[in-house]
Amino acid sequence: MTLDYLYTLITFSNIFIILSLSLNVLIGYAGQVSLGHAAFFGIGAYTSAVLAVKFGLGYGTTLLLSVLIGGFFGFLLGLPSLRVRHDFLVLATIGLNFVVVALFKYIDFFGGPYGIIGLPAAKFFGKELGTGGYALYTAFWVVIVILLMIYIEKIYLRYGFEAIRENEDAAESIGVSVPLFKIYAFTISGALAGLAGNLWAYQMGMVFPDDFSFPVSITILTMVVLGGVGTISGPILGAVLLTFLPELLRFIQDYRLLLYGIIIVIVMMYQPSGLLGRQGILRKAFKR
Amino acid sequence: MLRVIDVSKSFGGLQALKGVSFEVEEGRIHALIGPNGAGKTTMFNIINGFLKPTSGRVEFLGRRISGLPPHRIALMGIARTFQIVRTFPEMSVIENVLAGMGKEIYRSWGVFFKTPWNQENVKKALELLRLCGLEDLKDFAASTLPIGLQRKLEIARALATSPKLLLLDEPASGLNDQETAELAELFRKIRDFGVTILFIEHDMRFTMGVADFVTVLDYGEKIAEGKPKEVSRNPRVIEAYLGTGSEISA
Ligand SMILES: Nc1ncnc2c1ncn2[C@@H]1O[C@H](COP(=O)(O)OP(=O)(O)O)[C@@H](O)[C@H]1O
Ligand SMILES: [Mg+2]
Repeated sequence: MTLDYLYTLITFSNIFIILSLSLNVLIGYAGQVSLGHAAFFGIGAYTSAVLAVKFGLGYGTTLLLSVLIGGFFGFLLGLPSLRVRHDFLVLATIGLNFVVVALFKYIDFFGGPYGIIGLPAAKFFGKELGTGGYALYTAFWVVIVILLMIYIEKIYLRYGFEAIRENEDAAESIGVSVPLFKIYAFTISGALAGLAGNLWAYQMGMVFPDDFSFPVSITILTMVVLGGVGTISGPILGAVLLTFLPELLRFIQDYRLLLYGIIIVIVMMYQPSGLLGRQGILRKAFKR
Repeated sequence: MLRVIDVSKSFGGLQALKGVSFEVEEGRIHALIGPNGAGKTTMFNIINGFLKPTSGRVEFLGRRISGLPPHRIALMGIARTFQIVRTFPEMSVIENVLAGMGKEIYRSWGVFFKTPWNQENVKKALELLRLCGLEDLKDFAASTLPIGLQRKLEIARALATSPKLLLLDEPASGLNDQETAELAELFRKIRDFGVTILFIEHDMRFTMGVADFVTVLDYGEKIAEGKPKEVSRNPRVIEAYLGTGSEISA
């Protein structure tokens, strides 16, 4: 394993930590199921790619717009979630994922099946970062996102989220507007996935539709579920494990989705709160 | 304080409420009774905004509230508990109460800046828990409490919203004799704090002992109302209860 390769893996791991923490806002905090999270990841990545390659915008601008547009699409998905039932929302989010990937594929503006190539390297004060520097840079965002999660857990927002997750009627009865808090959750989640998309686009230097397809959503979901829904440490652990393990155990690669399916089933049966969740074996081990 | 005016509600072909009117006066402990399926819970759901009446309206403090979403009605000062308890099971006991103290904040940008864990809130939460006899359990997850204590926790959470009117749906169900006696005591304390109570109950002895005023529903219609003594002697009420096999003993 070369050092560059290791740095690249660390970058991937960082990006997936941000993705799983952002999905966790939706699933873990607010109790809204989403099986299409890669759509927001893709929207963030394509936003940066289009703006950088076609409009020549600088890194700071593309970063900001990836976050804003990711958040905006999160908001848009939040709107139908107010009307549809829970099981229907699952289908709607899957559908969204397929629609978004199809749009990337079939609209020429987005480069079609070959995607958009030729993103310039992200520059900071006129300097390019190497692979190691970029890994460090993504780690910086991981720290920011973790701090944001710690902050969210302390403020009223989290209590509103938990209230709607645990019982929508009871939430309304104490003054929590269920629609408003769903919108908050979808918007925040979308914005953070947009951030991850920006980091991905500049790491790869290009974007392809299939990088954001449904299996990627399942990967992110598996990370959250395996690590521990509703915690901060859980999704981080899940993202790190599922980024590094398949690389170390190469033979798994081809069976990734199968493996994720098995992981989800096993976790649901034996560790429903995840490894680091309230009832998780790792959490208990740490407490001793 | 609360005026229910000619409220009807139908679910498909079923008329759950048929032109019911009654008034809850400030400072009272008002009971809403009637056999199973009479429409009592439906009436609560209409008052707090979960359901919209098919016709008729509800006024609170002189303003029409029917049609408003429930969180707005909560904001105006109506809190409630549920026939099937709905605490926030994964939150601790004190967090359940703290979550109840944000009705002004939940609708403002304050949700992004304010924490419920400030001194003033915690002090108030502990007082409410003491009032409801839950102080020693403050750090337990709500789901670990037996049903009787979860009912009390729901009351504490409802009180945390600083309501003017508290709706309690069968608060005594599932309680043993001693807990029921404590509940009656709690009702009076709550009233003495200036909170008006409207409650649904099956237990006649409890109802007659604690209520100042009783409204009786049967098959979606109001069949009687008045002081507990008057109501319990009312032939229509006795018939309604005998008809369903429930006992009535004042
Ligand atoms: N959401 C609903 N949909 C259809 N029917 C309902 C609904 N809620 C209540 N009902 C019906 O309305 C009637 C009154 O119910 P309810 O208000 O719960 O009675 P109570 O609380 O007095 O026992 C019952 O026949 C019940 O089945
Ligand atoms: Mg009922």
